[in-house]
Amino acid sequence: MRQIRAEIGAVSKADGSAIFEMGNTKVIAAVYGPREVQNRSQQMSDQTLVRCEYSMANFSTGDRMRKPKGGDRRSTEISLVIRQTVEACILTHLMPRSQIDIYVQVLQADGGTRSACINAATLAFADAGIPMRDLVTSCSVGYLHSTPLLDLNYVEHSAGGPDVTVGILPKLDKVTLLQMDSKLPIDILENVMQLSTEGCKAIANYIREILLENAKQLEYRRGV
Amino acid sequence: MEQRLANCVQLTVNEKQFIENALLSELRVDGRGPLEYRKLSIKFGKDDGSAEVQLGETRVMSFVSAQLVQPYKDRPNEGTLSIFTEFSPMADPSFEPGRPGESAVELGRIIDRGLRESRAIDTESLCILSAKLVWAIRIDIHILDNAGNLVDAANIAALASLLTFRRPECSLGGEDGQQVVVHPPEVREPLPLILHHLPVAVTFGFFSNENLVVLDPTYHEEAVMTGRMTATLNANGDVCAIQKPGEQGIFQHIIMHCLKLAHVKAGDITAKIKDAVEKHNNERALQKIKRRSSSVSVDVCGTTARLRGKQNQSGGGKDNSHLDQLKPKDEANFMECDATSSGQVQINKKDEGSKNFTGGPSSWYGKKDPYSECVNSDLLKAPMDSEC
Repeated sequence: MRQIRAEIGAVSKADGSAIFEMGNTKVIAAVYGPREVQNRSQQMSDQTLVRCEYSMANFSTGDRMRKPKGGDRRSTEISLVIRQTVEACILTHLMPRSQIDIYVQVLQADGGTRSACINAATLAFADAGIPMRDLVTSCSVGYLHSTPLLDLNYVEHSAGGPDVTVGILPKLDKVTLLQMDSKLPIDILENVMQLSTEGCKAIANYIREILLENAKQLEYRRGV
Repeated sequence: MEQRLANCVQLTVNEKQFIENALLSELRVDGRGPLEYRKLSIKFGKDDGSAEVQLGETRVMSFVSAQLVQPYKDRPNEGTLSIFTEFSPMADPSFEPGRPGESAVELGRIIDRGLRESRAIDTESLCILSAKLVWAIRIDIHILDNAGNLVDAANIAALASLLTFRRPECSLGGEDGQQVVVHPPEVREPLPLILHHLPVAVTFGFFSNENLVVLDPTYHEEAVMTGRMTATLNANGDVCAIQKPGEQGIFQHIIMHCLKLAHVKAGDITAKIKDAVEKHNNERALQKIKRRSSSVSVDVCGTTARLRGKQNQSGGGKDNSHLDQLKPKDEANFMECDATSSGQVQINKKDEGSKNFTGGPSSWYGKKDPYSECVNSDLLKAPMDSEC
């Protein structure tokens, strides 16, 4: 696994925000909410409305990307995926008739952006104080030359082997997100998923440490 | 987002509870067991590469077309594949016309992932001139009726249409061997695409009770279920793609169990698709023999004329737009003759670009060609020769 680094409170205006780095992949997440629903027709009386927007900065990859006009399909899909992953772990029924927005922006892309986004989102939610069932952590695993590889970077990903992204709720030991492409036999998939679960648990431990640090800092600043 | 909300709004609490309670005793509202698929029927249109799939009440139509383009710079030897989905509001009032919504994009990407990364289609065989001209395959999927489980139905439709699609054969000619000649289907038989394996999507639905898993959810079950997973596998036991987009958390052993189930179902569905395609191919082969005999005499008059897509084909409109972009060679020989004596009889012949029209009277009278006995083909030929 690559070196992880996380920082809380990057965006001062947001209710919660975090920067998450996995190797060279750097992602920033900002959470606004719970706040009043902006589009009354979408208001839900029994739970909160979660909206997510994922975008990659033009400078995040090696060559400067142009944003396609019609709305990039990949971004739409990843926004959907992040939203649903996060909805599974926050206690939406505690905040009815409100809205929570999460904006994720990829600053540097070097493989594993999806996982970094989910990890950053978890930290941002925790920073915003939104009640959650459990942290959601995610990491990607590949399989090249008959070896499972944890946390692929861009070069390994372009090699054409399978790429499995797994998101789990570590304490509950449940799999929320599972996406895979390219061919892989079922039994090898089982090993690969096992490896990714361990990776995710390691990330979860790191996130807990960061949150504990952050809480201590807040205590100190308040002069307790 | 609006689609999800629309789904939730329609179901009452009573209906939701009924569905969940019935599932606890392994009963589903339409009488199936939890792991049974609905009835699957695959029909093919007149054109090569069009298929309509009906899975229970869900109807999906798919159409494959090909076009000559320049390849991507980093893959000069490979053809391209692109998938477009259209969720027509006719299928479900919560679909909006215009830009694809989230679920439309997701559906397109699931099918795309299953076909592209697993190398189901041999893209290298689509290359004609390296770094200059390759075939771009375009799959258009139209949802006609949404009764749940669009992903599986759309995937089967895409596979069926890919299997029956025929692209025109082309050869290199000209002085330096760089000019590409695309042959019309009458001159040379169009070629099928090379598919290494068939990735079949199998969708599972999860409910708030963790032990409940259903296969092939219906529209109402989709509104009640709290999580879903689509596994795309082929009959060899390789997992080509998995999509479990968040939502409820599931234990890993349940996921592995689902994958094994999916493997069995994928084998069934693959067999059904192959049967249907084989039957269709046999029928086409029979038709072709009849068509050949009548089309030879029509070739005598070689005038160029405007193409009119008179026949009701499922992809007629799309054909015209592709034709505009192709660059036909000078010897375009298709023609259009009106046999005024017999009223509305019109005969269109294809040019090299259009691969989906079939000329000749026998093919557009219907699949089974019931009129060939009644209609005397000599009577048809006589007025045409006099006109041209």
